[in-house]
Parts: sequence; structure tokens; C-alpha cells
Amino acid sequence: MVTRLTPPGAQPLPTEARLIRNEPYYEAVGGEIALFEAARASCLPVLLKGPTGCGKTRFIEHMAWRLQRPLITVSCHDDLTAADLVGRYLITANETLWVDGPLARAVRSGAICYLDEVVEARRDTTVVIHPLADDRRILPMEKRGELLQAPPEFQLVMSYNPGYQSVLKELKHSTRQRFVAIEFRYPDASLEEKIIRSESAADSATASALVRLAQMTRNLKGNGLDEGASTRLLVHAAKLITRGIPAAAACHGAIAEALSDDPEMLRAIDEFAASVF
Amino acid sequence: MNAPLSAAELGKRLDYLLGPVLSSRRTAAPLAQALSALDRQQQDFVLHWIEVIDRSNYELAYQFAAAAAEALGQLGASSAEAWIIHAMDAYDREGLFRGSEVFRQFDLFRRQAADSHAVTFAEYAPVLELFVCGLAGRRLKLEIADEAKTDTETLFLPPRIALFPDKADNCAVYRILAVLLWAQGRYGSWQADLGAACAARPDPARAAALLAHFEGLRLEARIARLFPGIARTMARLRGGEPDPRCAGLVSANATVGDSLALLDRLYDSFNPPALPWSFSLHPGTNAVRSARLARERSELAAALAALMRQHPPPESAAAAPEGRFSIETGQSADADGAAEFELRLDGRSVTPPAEVVQLIDSLLQDLGEIPDDCLQAAGGGGYREKDEDAEQTGDITPDGGHDGSAYFYDEWDYKRRHYRKNWCVLRETDIEPADDGFAVATLARYRPQIAQLKRSFEALRGEDRLLKRQSGGDDIDFDALVEGCVDLKTGMELPERLLTRRHKAERNLAALFMVDMSGSTKGWVNDAERESLVMLCEALEVLGDRYAIYGFSGVTRQRCEIYRIKRFDDAYDDTVRRRIAGITPRDYTRMGAAIRHLTTLLDAVDARTKLLVTLSDGKPDDYSDHYRGKYGIEDTRQALIEAHHAGIKPFCITIDQEARDYLPQLYGPANWTLVDNVERLPLKVADIYRRLTA
Ligand SMILES: Nc1ncnc2c1ncn2[C@@H]1O[C@H](COP(=O)(O)OP(=O)(O)OP(=O)(O)O)[C@@H](O)[C@H]1O
Ligand SMILES: [Mg+2]
Repeated sequence: MVTRLTPPGAQPLPTEARLIRNEPYYEAVGGEIALFEAARASCLPVLLKGPTGCGKTRFIEHMAWRLQRPLITVSCHDDLTAADLVGRYLITANETLWVDGPLARAVRSGAICYLDEVVEARRDTTVVIHPLADDRRILPMEKRGELLQAPPEFQLVMSYNPGYQSVLKELKHSTRQRFVAIEFRYPDASLEEKIIRSESAADSATASALVRLAQMTRNLKGNGLDEGASTRLLVHAAKLITRGIPAAAACHGAIAEALSDDPEMLRAIDEFAASVF
Repeated sequence: MNAPLSAAELGKRLDYLLGPVLSSRRTAAPLAQALSALDRQQQDFVLHWIEVIDRSNYELAYQFAAAAAEALGQLGASSAEAWIIHAMDAYDREGLFRGSEVFRQFDLFRRQAADSHAVTFAEYAPVLELFVCGLAGRRLKLEIADEAKTDTETLFLPPRIALFPDKADNCAVYRILAVLLWAQGRYGSWQADLGAACAARPDPARAAALLAHFEGLRLEARIARLFPGIARTMARLRGGEPDPRCAGLVSANATVGDSLALLDRLYDSFNPPALPWSFSLHPGTNAVRSARLARERSELAAALAALMRQHPPPESAAAAPEGRFSIETGQSADADGAAEFELRLDGRSVTPPAEVVQLIDSLLQDLGEIPDDCLQAAGGGGYREKDEDAEQTGDITPDGGHDGSAYFYDEWDYKRRHYRKNWCVLRETDIEPADDGFAVATLARYRPQIAQLKRSFEALRGEDRLLKRQSGGDDIDFDALVEGCVDLKTGMELPERLLTRRHKAERNLAALFMVDMSGSTKGWVNDAERESLVMLCEALEVLGDRYAIYGFSGVTRQRCEIYRIKRFDDAYDDTVRRRIAGITPRDYTRMGAAIRHLTTLLDAVDARTKLLVTLSDGKPDDYSDHYRGKYGIEDTRQALIEAHHAGIKPFCITIDQEARDYLPQLYGPANWTLVDNVERLPLKVADIYRRLTA
């Protein structure tokens, strides 16, 4: 029997591999689906760039379903080591056992490996994906002395939010120049309304008021807000509203408080909400 | 608490502080007498503010001193501060007479402040400014005026609204006024020449009042469709339905033409009823609007030229490409939502950068459509400054008093595309420390905010990091152990490093702050800069990052000055605090040389991440030579590129409202921040630094 030795207090890796059977709802905003498919056909890795909550994760789930490949997601954090991605030895009763990390599993099974928020990972960790992300498409597993060659079905995808201003969280050029970038923006008003309605069953008046509110907060980006309200926040507010929470309270809780702590800003956003509803 | 100062002691201080406006007939004695009755804290408060006001105007400071003793008795500390700021605003805006009047009439101020249902411009403007920016998608200035009106760039609003017994309703009236004024630009009030239409009447003032009323009704209807919430409030507060004769203005596609037609019909017979939110038409609008249009057109032309360079014609193009832009606007169904458009270059669809989207949006708001001639890319592209002749070349002889500590720096001449060798002479000097208790006053003034800053910086100090494979430590490193066992099995030795240890992460970061000491920072800006630095230092001490502070200014290339405030090796102590207090506005802003010098200093520091943070109030500029305009911007840009090459990350914090026009070219789109309210600067700088290095 294999006893996994987990250091006390350590988190299990937030990793999941799955084949998505039901179509995840996704509205294409531009040519991103075609671009992704072309990159995939050319065995090129893809970088999803865009502000938070604009549909990057949803897009990749949709693509995994479309292509019927398993999706392995790794949420990157600053303690993520190369071994966490590639794999490590475990001890069994009286022998040692190698266990693949999510990246190695994805390579072996020809899955889509999605590294979410890749800037959060330590820089030395990102380097292990370099040989996999150029035309060699190999994953060296130094500890095992094994070299994995990725099959054509394997695809590396990572996400990156360029909105951060922190100088300590920039993507290295040698990393980012290996990827085909797909830029995500917030959808146009009519499309965003449609998304809100499908995600929350809100009526169209509610959806269009929320989109208008979002546009006003997006106008404040750089003028007191770091980010405007994302589609995700609008969906949250819409869900609260369809459960009977008054619009003002729903927008305050789901949108205003998610965007700022500044009392004047909170008040301004509350007044946007009071105006559009 | 310290004992109060005596009348004699106060007299001496006042003689010194108010000397220039005292005379044998107007002495400090009666003021000192009155102030001697206050407690020490109040006295310090008064003396501090006299000093601050002195920097604007001695007479104003005298008026304050004369009123202070009695006013403080009535107002209490926090509303006294509001009173002082109100007076200084009045002075800035309307001159000495108004400023002095506010000081003399503290009783009026108190009574107004006591009406708890009233809303003042000063208290509501910060929220309203955000509200309007969210509404318009561009910054509009808010200012006080007797009547509400707009020239489409500034919204003028009344100083105070107390129409309704409920304070929330009075705030709502402010909001409605702001939305109506914004709507004038958005829904085309100024697409017709309203001034001429009124002037053609026997009584132009009456015509203007009628027209303003009609436009108000038309815009109300437009707004109501967009903002149901505002519509409900308007219906509740307006008191009476609009006159039935004006019903045509309420339809969805009524234009300013309908208001003008109604003026024709009703000029003799109609008297506009008073509304809680009536406004007047601003006579200067046409001039402001056409200036803005011209500016935006030329900015758009430059931006399109840049865009064209990014999109070279496809190789396969059969005919020579014309480089023609066109626009397709897909009017949204109700014509009320934000316009959506597609930009095409020779028929190919191109994604416009945010800057272009904003300009086109703004032009669409003003003109209703984009005329073809707006879509011509500028010949050269780049900035909108006119070309200026470069200054005469020639050798420079460092002027007298040359003490050997001069540095020479090259300067970039964008026209010749080469450096002018050793063009600038730069000297480093120490700042004269000031003993005016500025730092202490700042610390006292912002005590709660500083405490909060410190807390947020503590969070940043680096969480513990788990170091693996240590020979000493407090937990077993399982990964290492497992590998060790593998090694053992294969006949090797068990390695020694099998433990984990918690360790405070080293931030390994050095930051150099470069502070604008040009003459334009005189007054509030200088105060805000100094306060910012004090707060920044307090916060940085928590963090343990290495940091240095230098000021910069100068006149001409022969006299670029760098002022040492805190070197990397200096501890943050009383001397540094006094040097911060001693920062005074000097001359001009020849930024290139300053950046080059500080880059060399930063280059010598051993740190993994190096930041050069500029605190500035405007673009590069210098006296009489050609540093102003494009030359200075290009040199600064070049100096920043050099800094980049040295592995330094430049960042700029500015209070210049026009920063958007040039800072993105200098620092890149994400590496600058505009703090548009000077009073907030002290609270913001440390916070921006925190986010920058989080
Ligand atoms: N184009 C879209 N089609 C369908 N749903 C969308 C779309 N864009 C956004 N959404 C909605 O927004 C929510 C947030 O999107 P998602 O989780 O994909 O954001 P993200 O870009 O991955 O954000 P983060 O960077 O924070 O991880 C989704 O759950 C979905 O409800
Ligand atoms: Mg995501």
C-alpha cells in the first residue's frame, strides 16, 4: 500500500484533471476561438491575457470541452516549486515511488494544462516550462533522468493579468515570448447583457442596468479604482437580485465592496447603482 | 500639556511671522493679547496655520490671526480647519478680498455649517467628482460658481444646496445638476450656436433663461431614459409637471433644434418656472469646446499615425495602400448607450488602443459623428507640441564657485538623433534643514492614517518563507528525506540537509525617490510633497526597504541641481526630517540630467529590484532654452530608457491633470499614476509604493 507522506500543515495541490462532458457556456467576444484552434494545430502554447473576471477560465473550460481533451488546472502561488509541477518521489512501505506532478501527467495524457495566474509562481519555477513551451516540446524530469516528449494533443496554456503594477510581478520576457497571446477584454454591452442573463436568469432590464453600472466603474479605472467591475461581479450581483435582494444592496455587496475600501469611492459606486436602477 | 504662551511670547512670534504687513499703527499686540487666552494646543494650531497661510499671502495670514482667537472658541478644532481651508480656497479662486472676508465672517461659516441638512460643495465634491468621471468617461473639473453652468470641460456648481429638509435630497440635487451639465455635451446642446440665437432677441438674457429651461427639460427626458433611478428622484423633487407646451422636448429624438424652435414660439408668452436644478448657459462654451475639439483632433491624428506604423500594409496588397482610416458606428438600439464603433484601415479592421477609443468617443459625444478629415493620420505622428528650434550649441564654462563636485551629463537631441556630449552641468548639494517643526506637525496631523499605513506595510514585510533543505531548522523536509532515502537505497550517503526553516523573506529592493522642486510646486503642492515624504519615510521604516530621497531643480543646462535629502546610507532621523521640512520650490524641471544622475546613484546600489520613483507636478521644462515641449519630453524619455537599460524600473507619481498627454509616452502605460487631488497626495504616495512592490 502506498502511504503518501504529506508534511504536516501542507496543502494538497489544487489540481484537477477532468474531461468536461457538458458544454460550458461561453460567448465568444472576438476571434479567440479560431486563434486558439490555430495555435493548437500549430503546437504553440497560449497565454490568456486580461483583467480579472473576464472569462479566461471559462474560455479554457469551453475549449477543453470543444476539443474533448482533459483539462488540468494548476493555480499558481508563490510557494509553488518545480517539483510541485513535475513530480516527486514518495515513500511506500519499503520502497520509493515516483508520482507525476500535474504538468507531467498532462504531458503523458495529452491533456490541456492550464497554469492559472502564472506570475504568482516563483520565477525559478516558471523556467521548467521553457523547454515544453518552445519547439522542443519536452519536459525534462531531472530527478528521474527521464525526458518526456509531449504528444501533439498536449497543450500548455497560462493566464496572466497585466493590470498589476507591482514591479515584482512581471512575466519574464523569455517566458512570455514563447506564447501566443490572446487578449481578453470585457464584452460589448449587448453581449455582456446576454452573458449576465444566461448566467443568472436575471431579466433584461436588470442586466442592462448592471452593464451600465459596470461601464461607469470601468471609467474610473486609473481615476481612483485599480480595476472596474468585471463580468463576474455583474453575474454575482444579478444572482443576488434574482433571489430577491434589493438592487442597491446587491450592488453594494457584490460590486462596490469588491472594488474599493475608500468611503468616497464606495459612496460614488452606490450612487451609480441608485442611478441605473 | 505645555503651559500656554504669554502675550509677550506670542507677540514676538507674530512680529516675526506677520512682519511684512505690520506697521506702527497695526501691531501684533492686540492679536497676541487675544491669543494668549487660548490653551497651548490651540495656540500651536494657530501659529502653525499662520505659517502655512504666510506662504500664500501675509495679509491673509494676518486676517486669520486677527479672527483666530474668537473663531476657535466658536468653531472647535475640526470645523476650524474646514473654515481655514474654505478661506484659502476662496483666496486661491477669488483673491485676497474674498479670502479675508471668509476669515472675518467665521460666524457665517459656523451658521452654515450648523444647518445639518445643507450640503456644501466642499464636502460633496470628492464623491461627485468620481460620479461625474464614471458618467463621462473623462475627467471633468468641478468648480464653485453662483449659478450652475458648464463650458463642457468644467462643471460649475453652487457652493451649497439647502433646498430640501433632507440632506440626501440636497445631495441628489447636486447629482442631478451635474448630470444635466454633463448631458449638455453628451446630447448636443452646443451643436447649435446658442449664444447667437439669444443675441438675436430683443432681450438676450430672457432668451437665454428660456433656452436653458427648454434644454433642461429635453435633457431631463434623455437622462430619465438612461437612469431610471435619477428619473424617480427627479419626479419626486421637481414639484409640478413640465408645462404641456413643452411636451415635444420629452420625445426620444428631440434635439437642440427643437428647443430653439420652441424659443421662437414661446419667446413672448412663456415664463419658466423655478426648478430645484435650474442652470444657466455658459457664454464661453463655444470657445472652450472648439479648443478642445482642435486638440482632440490633432491628438487623434497623432495616435492614428502611431497605429498606422504598427499595422504595415500586408505584403500581398495589390495596389499601393492609401493608409486611409474609416469608421463604422453601429448605433445601439436606443441611441442612448455608449457608442460602439469599428475602426478600419484600408478596409482591414484594426483594434484601436484605449487612447484612440477614448478620443473617438469624446469626438463622437461632441460632434455626433466622426467627420472624415478627423481620421487622417498625422504626418510625423508623435506629440502635439510644435517643433521648436534646438538651442544653440556651444561649449559651456561652469560658472564661478565651481567646487569640483560638478557632474557632466549628455543630453538627447531628438532632432539630430544623437547626444550632445557633456551638455548639462549638475551639482549635488545638501538641503538646508529647517527647524519649523513641520515633520512633527505632519505626524500629529496624520496620526491615524500613519498608523494604518504602518499596518498595511507590515503585511508586506514579507510573510515567512519556508526554506527547504536546511541543515538546521524546526521541521522535517519530507521531499529531502524521501530523496535521501532513495539515495541511501542506491548506496549513497544520507544527505545532511533534511530540515525546513521559516525565514523572513528578504525584499532586496532599493528605491530612490526623486522629488520635483521646481518653482511651480510653490504653496500647497510643496506642502503636500513634504507631507508625503514624511509619511512615506514612516511607512518605509517599517518595511526595511533601502531608500533614498533627492530633490531636483535648476536653471538652464549649466545649473542642474540635485538636492540631497536622504542618501541610501542615511538613517531616517531628525536631520532627514528637518531636510524634508527644508524642501522649498526653486526653479525649473530639466528632468533628463536629474534622471541620469540618479540612475548612476541607483546603479551603484546592490539590489535585485531597483525603483526610481518620480514625484512631479508637471512636464519637463526649463528656462528660456528649448527644453520646453518636445525636446524636453524626448530627452526625458531617452534618460528613462537609459535607466531601463541599467536595470532600473522608473515610475512616476504626478498631480498634473494633463499627465495623460505625455506620461504614457515617457513611462509606459502602466508605470505612472495621477493623484488629481493635491490634498490626497500625502495619503496616496506611500500607498502607491506599497502596491508597486506588493
Ligand atoms: N465570454 C463569456 N462567456 C460566458 N461567461 C462569461 C464570459 N465572460 C465572463 N463570464 C462570466 O464571468 C465569470 C468569471 O469568468 P472567469 O472565471 O472565466 O474569469 P477569469 O478571466 O478566469 O478571471 P480571473 O483572472 O480572476 O481568474 C464566469 O463565471 C462567467 O459567469
Ligand atoms: Mg480564472
